[in-house]
Amino acid sequence: MAEIKIKQVAKQYGNTHALHSIDMTVADEEFLVLLGASGCGKTTLLRIVAGLETATTGEVWIGDKRVDQLAPKDRGIAMVFQNYAVFPHLTVFENIAFGLRMSKVDQAEIDRRVEKTATLMHIEGLLKRYSGQLSGGQRQRVAVARALATEPEVLLMDEPLSNLDALLRMEMRAELKSVLAESKTTTIYVTHDQVEAMSMADRIAIMNGGKIVQASSAVEVYRNPAAHFVASFIGNPPMNFLSAENAGDGWWNVNGVKIKGPNSSSKTLKFAIRPEDIVVHGPSGNGSAANDDSLSAGVRILEPLGSHLLASCKVDDQLFRIVLDSDAKVSPGDTLQWSPQPDRVRWFDPESELAIN
Amino acid sequence: MYPKSLPYLLLLPAAVFLCLFFLYPFGLVAWQAFVNDSGQFTSDFFVEMSSHWKFNTAFTNTLLLALAVVPFQICLALYMATLVNGMKRGRDLILYVWTIPLGISDLAAGIIWLAIFDQTGFLNSAMQGLGFIDQPMSLLGYQSKGTIFLAILVAEVWRATAIVLVILVAGMGLIPKEYYEAAEVFGAGRWKRFTKITLPMLKPSLQTAMILRIIMAFEVFAVVVALGGTNLPVLMGEIYTWQFDLQDANVAAAYAMVILAISIACTLLIMWGLRTPKGARV
Ligand SMILES: Nc1ncnc2c1ncn2[C@@H]1O[C@H](COP(=O)(O)OP(=O)(O)O)[C@@H](O)[C@H]1O
Ligand SMILES: [Mg+2]
Repeated sequence: MAEIKIKQVAKQYGNTHALHSIDMTVADEEFLVLLGASGCGKTTLLRIVAGLETATTGEVWIGDKRVDQLAPKDRGIAMVFQNYAVFPHLTVFENIAFGLRMSKVDQAEIDRRVEKTATLMHIEGLLKRYSGQLSGGQRQRVAVARALATEPEVLLMDEPLSNLDALLRMEMRAELKSVLAESKTTTIYVTHDQVEAMSMADRIAIMNGGKIVQASSAVEVYRNPAAHFVASFIGNPPMNFLSAENAGDGWWNVNGVKIKGPNSSSKTLKFAIRPEDIVVHGPSGNGSAANDDSLSAGVRILEPLGSHLLASCKVDDQLFRIVLDSDAKVSPGDTLQWSPQPDRVRWFDPESELAIN
Repeated sequence: MYPKSLPYLLLLPAAVFLCLFFLYPFGLVAWQAFVNDSGQFTSDFFVEMSSHWKFNTAFTNTLLLALAVVPFQICLALYMATLVNGMKRGRDLILYVWTIPLGISDLAAGIIWLAIFDQTGFLNSAMQGLGFIDQPMSLLGYQSKGTIFLAILVAEVWRATAIVLVILVAGMGLIPKEYYEAAEVFGAGRWKRFTKITLPMLKPSLQTAMILRIIMAFEVFAVVVALGGTNLPVLMGEIYTWQFDLQDANVAAAYAMVILAISIACTLLIMWGLRTPKGARV
């Protein structure tokens, strides 16, 4: 049980900056998810915390100990690797016991702990097998059990579910969440899958280009993205953006319609709204009749997704997605009249790409 | 699709070649060892071989040499391979330099070391020059079997460690880095990583290297002749003596059978010792 502090950690490989001065604190017992596209530096950051990689500058603290000069084994961590790294020459039992044997725990205690974690991960029947005789999902469970058996202060996981098929991933997601909640271990969990991140995390740290752009709860990053990148990354589909021109006094001209926005002196802003936060007027919509303040969108493509109907439209020649009711009577080529739910509109500065409140 | 017989047809030339040039002569040698001139099965040649006073010495010397050289070579090659694999730059250069002896024939290697250990050789001149000794010593004379043995050992290690090294370096390169990282995270230091990850995962390469080397060690000949002459009899030398000096091909064939038998026995022993448990993969 320990807090992790990452202070101004930067990492350079030759001329490439993999990480730019990262500052982050993971609270004791917190489950933090590092979320970002491939190549944004998630693995690098995790490996620096683990001690498998040395930061170019900066400090890493675990508990009240500065650990960046310590070997991985002296940091009180355990790790689950993306490809599991379950030792093929050892049985499942010996794999789970590996960390305990290294720290010279006595045999009775090893038996007890292997038994306990294997039961927790539902692999108690596989203890005599070798990794070559396991399925991907079972191997994944062994990797987690091996990490939990050492009862670490900090658990680090690098895309542990990315090699599983979709259904198994969903199942493991829920299971891991409950197991880890019970173990109360401070966890950093790396993923590029936002659904995984949102469903599991106490807090999500979104990374882009070697920086942490926003670190907040799932609802917060969804509702109040702090930057244009977050808004365009989180959500499936992500937020819609339209350019807005200053019409004075906090009013902004979006595609010919005036919308109340922030008081700002800049000439243009980005108007952003989620596809499901849109009220569509008229016969096909869910709202009232169209009025003067409604905008229009030309429907291009319709995707019936069961729970809802996703319409890809053009507004002002920009791609604009609207979530409609499954029963909505629309066809490609129609024009929809819509207006945003006022409290769900977000504004971004096109220069700094940051949100304006 | 190709006809089912195609793979066999493609294998045929190699199979014919092997039968013609390996199995057939092998059969002839075995025949010579067990069957006398009148076509009767006999153990006379083996009796003649083993009752000769040099047989026991040759047998013991060969085994002792193999047992001294091979384990030492394996350990040395393991250490060298670890060093090479840990290098960031200059790795290829070092590997090339270390494998130079591979390109030298065993007789040439024996002569090189003879030039060093000889009474007028480099070692004696160096020691004399440095004032350690007054007179050149006879290191390889008939009364100093121990030093002959040592000289052969050194020459063999110098000559044939590289082949083990090459096999082990290739094998180590195949072990995924992730296993080492996992071991490191879970508390294994350098030595533990070596014994818990490298060694077990290197088993197939170790097996190949050991079998290759042990068979070569039982066939040691030219180096022994160059450094020891007839002072240190070995099995292969006895084959030569019986075949060409004593003109008795039957006893020579019996010797060949002995080398074959201990080679097979050692191969089986190594395969059993380094087997992977059923279901495990390395
Ligand atoms: N050993 C390395 N040498 C050079 N560049 C590296 C190395 N490891 C990672 N990088 C670079 O650092 C960046 C971040 O990589 P990584 O942390 O693996 O991203 P992620 O895990 O988010 O996909 C990438 O641009 C990658 O090319
Ligand atoms: Mg990664």
